[in-house]
Amino acid sequence: MAEQPIRVLIAKPGLDGHDRGAKVLARALRDAGMEVVYTGLRQTPEQIAATATQEDVHVVGLSCLSGAHLELFPRVVQLLREQGADDIVVLGGGTIPAEDISALRELGVEEVFTPGTSMHEVVEFVRRRVHL
Amino acid sequence: MSLAEGVLRGDVRATAKLISLIENQPEAAVADLQELHPHTGNAHVVGITGSPGVGKSTLVDGLAKRWRKEERRVGIIAVDPNSPFSGGALLGDRVRMQDLATDPGVFIRSMGARGRLGGLARATHNVIRVLDSGGKDVILVETVGVGQSEVDIVQTADTVVVGLVPGMGDDIQTIKAGILETADVFAINKADRPNARGLEMELRTLFGWNQEEEEDRWIPPIEMTVATTGAGMDELKEAICDHWDHLKRTGELQHRRRERYEAELQSVVEDYWRKRFFDYWQREGHWERVVEQVLRKETDPFTAAQQLVVPFLDSEVGG
Repeated sequence: MAEQPIRVLIAKPGLDGHDRGAKVLARALRDAGMEVVYTGLRQTPEQIAATATQEDVHVVGLSCLSGAHLELFPRVVQLLREQGADDIVVLGGGTIPAEDISALRELGVEEVFTPGTSMHEVVEFVRRRVHL
Repeated sequence: MSLAEGVLRGDVRATAKLISLIENQPEAAVADLQELHPHTGNAHVVGITGSPGVGKSTLVDGLAKRWRKEERRVGIIAVDPNSPFSGGALLGDRVRMQDLATDPGVFIRSMGARGRLGGLARATHNVIRVLDSGGKDVILVETVGVGQSEVDIVQTADTVVVGLVPGMGDDIQTIKAGILETADVFAINKADRPNARGLEMELRTLFGWNQEEEEDRWIPPIEMTVATTGAGMDELKEAICDHWDHLKRTGELQHRRRERYEAELQSVVEDYWRKRFFDYWQREGHWERVVEQVLRKETDPFTAAQQLVVPFLDSEVGG
């Protein structure tokens, strides 16, 4: 067992009720030896940022299928900065149009994974980025 | 500013960071824990335990909200198992505690048990130390879903709540000698299901409700709850507070804490000596050579141990 597991928060901001993808990803990260905090559906950015800070995670993975990602994802980044937790990496996933991805990157979402991305790809990205 | 100073000032980020340090590199957290120790001892530590599916997280959520109504500050430690294969863990207790996430009077931390088998993580008691010194009035510790023998919570909590659900049938017999004996308070959760009264009667016969009343003898009360609706939750909280008053009034609290500190001191001393001993003998491959000698029957483990311990104690490192 790794001395220091990578900790990840998988969160569902917004009002869509589809958490299948989030749960599959949570399991994949767990099977890769990470400690994954899962918080359930319909979280506000405030709940997500407070949880990430208390849980001292390395990475927050946001999943959104409602189309509200341009409002919700950057808000989480901003709240983390306000709480002095700007070292937490924010990643996004879901049905996100290509043209929105660069906008999200500029607003501090480090990477965006769209449908079709393999679990392996996400796991490797997290490992490389956290490089414990 | 040290992490400990941040904790004492109620800083959430420092509290979270110190907890991670305790989990990952306990020896690096010692200076902060030394600083915090004098500020501990105020919090009421309440353990919530029981088999998987009895509703531990929902009970914790309901209890926390009731203490918050009285403006008591609440810490929550929720422990889940790590996979023995990957070492990873899915920490999902927060799903039932969503409303508490943004309450500044509540700090929740999910922990992987990280290979520990007693129902808690090794770091749990030091995480309690952090939350206690940070000003929490009540600390709720939710164990992993336990079976018969995961009773570490007794060494950790002032009050142990054992959650049960109706319909466990004969299961109650099998856990009788294990976690049931740790209970200071029983919560029969999901009590709107059939047979809740039957379970209550069974507990009453098992746990001393038939015996004559003695003064100051605590008989674990049995509370009926439906944590999802809130039914019976006020009474459960009152029963937990009654137990706390009982512990303080009878001197039992001091007694339990003394035992707990003694056990902790013993384990810290053991870790300390073990480390120095092996550091001393593992230099220059000495330890490996002794193992080889035992293997070749040139010596035996008992003689070898004596020949290792005595010179170690006489050495500068040991003496």
